Amino acid sequence: MNLLEKLDAAAAARKALLPNGVGAFGIPIEEVYSATEARIGHRRVLLLGTNNYLGLTFAPECLEAAHEAIDEEGTGTTGSRMANGSYFGHRALEKEFADFYQCSSGMVFTTGYQANLGTISGLVGRGDTVLIDGDSHASIYDGCILSGADIIRFKHNDMVDMEKRLCRLGERTQTTLIIAEGIYSMLGDQAPLAEIVKLKNKYNCTLLLDEAHSLGVLGETGQGLVEKTGLLKEVDFITGTFSKSLCSIGGFCVSNHSQLEQLRYVSHPYIFTASPSPATIASTRAALKLLSGGTELRDQLWKNSNQLYTKLEETGYTLGPEPGPVIAAIVDNPQQALALWQGLLDHDIYVNLILPPAAPEGKSLVRCSVNAAHTIEQMDYVGSIFAKLKQEIFK
Amino acid sequence: MTASNYDEIMQLLCDRLGSLTASDIQITPESNLIGQLSIDSIKLLNLIMEIEDTFDISVPINALADVQTVRDLVDLIYKIKSSS
Ligand SMILES: Cc1ncc(COP(=O)(O)O)c(C=O)c1O
Repeated sequence: MNLLEKLDAAAAARKALLPNGVGAFGIPIEEVYSATEARIGHRRVLLLGTNNYLGLTFAPECLEAAHEAIDEEGTGTTGSRMANGSYFGHRALEKEFADFYQCSSGMVFTTGYQANLGTISGLVGRGDTVLIDGDSHASIYDGCILSGADIIRFKHNDMVDMEKRLCRLGERTQTTLIIAEGIYSMLGDQAPLAEIVKLKNKYNCTLLLDEAHSLGVLGETGQGLVEKTGLLKEVDFITGTFSKSLCSIGGFCVSNHSQLEQLRYVSHPYIFTASPSPATIASTRAALKLLSGGTELRDQLWKNSNQLYTKLEETGYTLGPEPGPVIAAIVDNPQQALALWQGLLDHDIYVNLILPPAAPEGKSLVRCSVNAAHTIEQMDYVGSIFAKLKQEIFK
Repeated sequence: MTASNYDEIMQLLCDRLGSLTASDIQITPESNLIGQLSIDSIKLLNLIMEIEDTFDISVPINALADVQTVRDLVDLIYKIKSSS
């Protein structure tokens, strides 16, 4: 098989999974009306499959900051952080992230994906070990592969399993980086951080926590799982993204270890790419202020999330283990998942469809992401359509 | 470790792979895990966890880059087990 034939084979496998050519993946969004509504084809749909947790995509403060930055600094930096791409805004945002997490150092990357790639590959290398949760995001896997370190997985959120693997590493635990996530994006469950910290200290490892989905969602000021659990000081490195609750693109890493600064000189995903555009940085700075400035948006987010989780649970859906903005209905087979996803779209509701092998344990997921801008009425409507489809599809 | 251990690892792995693949597929040491046995990447990663527990060893998943056939996987496990 030549290179192109291999791609043809992969395309055939994908088509076999999704016959009828339904475009569940990469669906074209024609127009965006607000943080909760858009047009798909000829339908005006309710967006329930975005990572816009605080609903800030059209926040006037962020729009204004972005406009101003474009006018004053142009559309792009056209260069690396290492060369001509470190403007005042990039450095200010790093300081603001460090302050927000009460850390001494902060780094801004061009995407959250690169924040994980750059941090992990900067921290560990050949001969070191990374111990990662089995359900880790692809950016964590890819960062580990890029690093050349030995990659060991533990069963998702299973601390007995994690300790067993730590024990086997013997003295190598001293050069082991443990990696977990604040909220896991597939099922919306949180890492057992207190137990992870206990094991990290017992075995003398280093700990990195990716707060991609928990920034702005958990904790009094929105720091994430570190704040909710009161364990901020126990986590060595925190990474995260601007592409979810902060509504732009980019990523960050903060730490109290001054060695983080060294990554600026060794981390390829930081150096060999252009820095975020001025507008991106400006809107992120404005969003971070809104995120940390009050609890109103977070309270609303949780009200909406709890309402929908409870409704779907009562209706008899199998859901992820705990309520939160990511609510996944776990479905046995891809055909049922596709029918549910299509049924929701036919009722003007857009959610995410996740099929094997992307979903854990061979299951399929129909995943909702709730946001603070959704209304109680919208959540009611979504709940009622899920209930109706339950009768029709899973009889 | 002795050669019989190698054979034991081979037997154990073939049995386990048998339960992960369609019943009509013949598993030999030369079977390609992905191409012939249709073991997708997630199944393979989970199988590695099981192997780690069965043999009480650490098998880094980056070492799988060189593994294509059942024999390659047995060689890897044998090598790690022998040096542990
Ligand atoms: C856990 C996790 N980490 C990192 C990322 C990457 O973020 P970004 O979209 O900024 O590249 C994502 C986004 O999908 C994620 O879910």
